[in-house]
Amino acid sequence: MDLLNNLALGFSIALSPYTLVLAVIGCFVGTIIGALPGLGPSNGVALLIPISFSMGFDAISALVLLTSVYYGAMYGGRISSILLNIPGDEPAMMTTLDGYPMAKQGKAGDALVVSGVASFVGAFLATVGLMLMAPWLARVAFKFGPAEYFALYMLAFCTLGGVGSNNQAKSAMAACIGLGIAMIGLDKTTNMQRFTFGNLHLFDGIDFLVAIVGLFAVSEVFHFIETHGKNSAIGVKLGKVLIPWKMLNDTKGAMLRGSGIGFLAGILPGAGASLGSFLAYMGEKSISNDKASFGKGNPRGVAAPEAGNNAAAGGALIPMLTLGVPGSGTTAVLLALLLTLNITPGPLLFTERPDVVWSLIAALLIANVMLLIMNVPMVKVFVKILSVPSYILLPGVTMIAFVGIYSLTGSSFDMMLMVGFGVLGYVCRKIDIPTVPIILGILLGNAMEDNLRRAMILSDGDWTYLFSSPIAIGFWIAAVLGFLAPIFLRQFVKKPPLPTTDED
Amino acid sequence: MRGDRIFGLVMMIVALGYILSATTIRTSFMSDPVGPRIFPYLIGGVTMLCAFAMMLKPDPDVEWPIGKTLLNLGIALVAMFAYAMLVKPLGFILPTIIVSGILSYQINPKPQLAVATGLGLGVGLYVMFKFILGLSLKGLPPALMG
Repeated sequence: MDLLNNLALGFSIALSPYTLVLAVIGCFVGTIIGALPGLGPSNGVALLIPISFSMGFDAISALVLLTSVYYGAMYGGRISSILLNIPGDEPAMMTTLDGYPMAKQGKAGDALVVSGVASFVGAFLATVGLMLMAPWLARVAFKFGPAEYFALYMLAFCTLGGVGSNNQAKSAMAACIGLGIAMIGLDKTTNMQRFTFGNLHLFDGIDFLVAIVGLFAVSEVFHFIETHGKNSAIGVKLGKVLIPWKMLNDTKGAMLRGSGIGFLAGILPGAGASLGSFLAYMGEKSISNDKASFGKGNPRGVAAPEAGNNAAAGGALIPMLTLGVPGSGTTAVLLALLLTLNITPGPLLFTERPDVVWSLIAALLIANVMLLIMNVPMVKVFVKILSVPSYILLPGVTMIAFVGIYSLTGSSFDMMLMVGFGVLGYVCRKIDIPTVPIILGILLGNAMEDNLRRAMILSDGDWTYLFSSPIAIGFWIAAVLGFLAPIFLRQFVKKPPLPTTDED
Repeated sequence: MRGDRIFGLVMMIVALGYILSATTIRTSFMSDPVGPRIFPYLIGGVTMLCAFAMMLKPDPDVEWPIGKTLLNLGIALVAMFAYAMLVKPLGFILPTIIVSGILSYQINPKPQLAVATGLGLGVGLYVMFKFILGLSLKGLPPALMG
């Protein structure tokens, strides 16, 4: 069996004591990051990339550490959703709908355990799916030429813009901002400067890590200054945590269904975990014969979105690893990590660096088991950490962001650029422009242009070449649908409102 | 309404400047059929389209910070820019104490807490980065250390 051999290879690398310690640290730090309001998987991983890079980890160690943080943050997001009614990150939003009402009924412990187990089920099944599907997709991706890749990038931007935001024009603009920034620097084909305005700092282009840390981490500080860190006090008390076997048994169907839906949503380029948890919740609600209890503390309403969100996180790794096209903000950050480590995702990765792919997959499986162990009995530890006040947390995050960029580039210019991106992130958040397409644009811009130009070289300047193969046409159609369909669907599917905190 | 319109207008101007700037990109003799200008033109064009759509059909306006909050945001911004410039000549600890103190005060205006946060973060983060994570950071002003 090919799969088992590969898996054995992965475990032989990932099971060394050193990497295991890294995985434990990653999971622990990740859960804290996910649980803290204002820090989620994307900005958590973004903050840690420059630091782990300056610490001189080799590729596999850095990958194990940061994917553990990623999975950990996906687990941790549920803690603040349930206890504070504040999603620790966007995908955990659906968990607040039933998690917080459960906590208010004194069942906070039960909700945490159910959601922890659901996270495990979702993430585990998705990792298995990843093992089965990714090598297959990598083989298909070998057939892709520049025209197909260009169409694929379009598809990613369109679905991300269509599904992930409320206003098509705004998300398309965000993608353009990112692509426009990616153009800065030397043009690879002709070696001519573009948009550098003679500034030496811009010759190499803008480092995507500077942009990511600024947009995701520094912008939070502005947001918290504006809101004065309100809503950060512990909302409900957490009693003794016992394992509610009966409730787990009752919700196992919801977990499996949520995992399936989430996994599929995760694979779609551009859709990601938020859509996964949303669809899982809506799906579970629609097949339930007790719809009225959803939103009032139904454990299934906790299990389904949490399984969906973690399954989507795993599913989103598939397009990222095999095609180099991330499906969400966090996978965009992980793509940035791979690029920083000089690993280019794509079909070649599976044949040329099987050690990287399979040790990553092994690390995901290990991290998952560790997270289950950490998150069920140790949940109280994380709840303690959750009460770090925002007036300490946010300055700390900012300083870590500065140190990361400073030790990576050593330049004041890059730090100022980071602050500038923080301002951009704040403004975008204010007027509801999604920031993930900006990141995606910066990450993919050069590859996208490169593929366009190579396609035109192949066809000698004939633009219809972009629509010449069935695969490319399929991508284009999907892109148009993914961009336009949500406009119509939005009238039918409304997001349920968050439960209100000020009832008492 | 106003926020979207203003942002759309700003982006319209930025995109126009972007396209104009792209016209000055020099091509070399061994170029491909597309060249280094077309893709930036496309980006600029789509941006203008989106900016136009934003101005034409703006979303309902959000509440913008005014008065004191805006001032606080401005102070935080200046402090962070200053930090970016000062951390090299002054070392890590001193600027970190001051700037994290300022940021802390902006989030929760209690002077004692802000001072404590600044001191704690300045020293604590230095110890963590320098001695636990092993990054090469200069703690004190390099000029003083000779």
